[in-house]
Amino acid sequence: MSTFRLPPNSRVRRDGKVYKAASDARKVRTFRIYRFDPDSGENPRLDTYEVDMGACGPMVLDALIKIKNEVDSTLTFRRSCREGICGSCAMNIDGLNTLACTKACDDIKGDVAIYPLPHMPVVKDLVPDLTQFYAQYAAVKPWLQTRTPAPPDRERLQSKAEQEKIDRPSACILCACCSTSCPSYWWNSDRYLGPAALLSAYRWIVDSRDEATGERLDELEDPFRLYRCHTIMNCTEACPKDLNPAKTIAEIKKLLAERQH
Amino acid sequence: MSLRTPLGRQLGLGSAHEGVHHWILQRATAVALVLLTIWFVLSIVRLPLADHAAITAWIAHGVNPVLLILLLVAAAWHSKLGVQVVIEDYVHGKHAKIALLLVSSFIHVLIAATAVLAVLRIAMRSVG
Repeated sequence: MSTFRLPPNSRVRRDGKVYKAASDARKVRTFRIYRFDPDSGENPRLDTYEVDMGACGPMVLDALIKIKNEVDSTLTFRRSCREGICGSCAMNIDGLNTLACTKACDDIKGDVAIYPLPHMPVVKDLVPDLTQFYAQYAAVKPWLQTRTPAPPDRERLQSKAEQEKIDRPSACILCACCSTSCPSYWWNSDRYLGPAALLSAYRWIVDSRDEATGERLDELEDPFRLYRCHTIMNCTEACPKDLNPAKTIAEIKKLLAERQH
Repeated sequence: MSLRTPLGRQLGLGSAHEGVHHWILQRATAVALVLLTIWFVLSIVRLPLADHAAITAWIAHGVNPVLLILLLVAAAWHSKLGVQVVIEDYVHGKHAKIALLLVSSFIHVLIAATAVLAVLRIAMRSVG
């Protein structure tokens, strides 16, 4: 059966450490952050950090970096570009999967709750294990497949209209916010590919230069790989790049129906 | 602990190359149910619901038994497809899943057959 409760050794303890702000702090904001250290053998816990926002950048990632630099160097998270293009700092902030670097603290009411992406194995603190997520991406063969050799003197051409079809889905940064927000993915990620991989599949299905459209659709036509999508739309709600994975999955289903009649 | 690669695990037993018919049927039965339910509700609100004879007379009248049977079969079919998806979503034990899918199919067919027989009996009785 699906498990609706965390296993005993993953349940989050509420009695974590509390780090108070300095007494001269001007604008104190409280961050409650999920902590898990696999080496300690202890259950995960919520630590509380008070941050002086008067001396901190506006984004959640700024606060995390400030905490790591000045308060608690053991706090572990991924980050790189700090401008929403690398997808490293995806995490669950204030109940929604998003990028810490593009989420402003001022857009959150009350205390800021930060957890790792939901329903993934946790490596440490806010770092989830994305191995399976990347395998799902690899499973849809996200590269150009052709039989016609490329022209010897130039690139494979496509019209402006054809390019525009892949503009949006190409903007996916594989942050995993969408897939890990999807209940269907939570229950069946061993077989369901999830919105991110399906969005990538769609990007190649509608690429005018690709000649493996039929094979790609063949591989997706499966009760679990594709049809576990029940149009819950959490993926579209979560996407920090404002993409619409739910719509692209619906488009794939329409293409599969189209070739039946 | 398996040493199979993540990609190997994800590819699993491969694509079933199936699912589009289930998807189309679920939508086709949904459209049928919308039309048939509108007909059913519009018809039933005009009937004296406390009068057994009036109800059975309505069931046997004209095209009503045909539409009623279609409504019952479409509802059972749509429900069977939906419950199947729910079981596949939440039940992961191999044997439990197959057993539940079988039980669900049997129950839906049983309900549909019983309902059709009931309508036919009422319709035939008034013919005879």
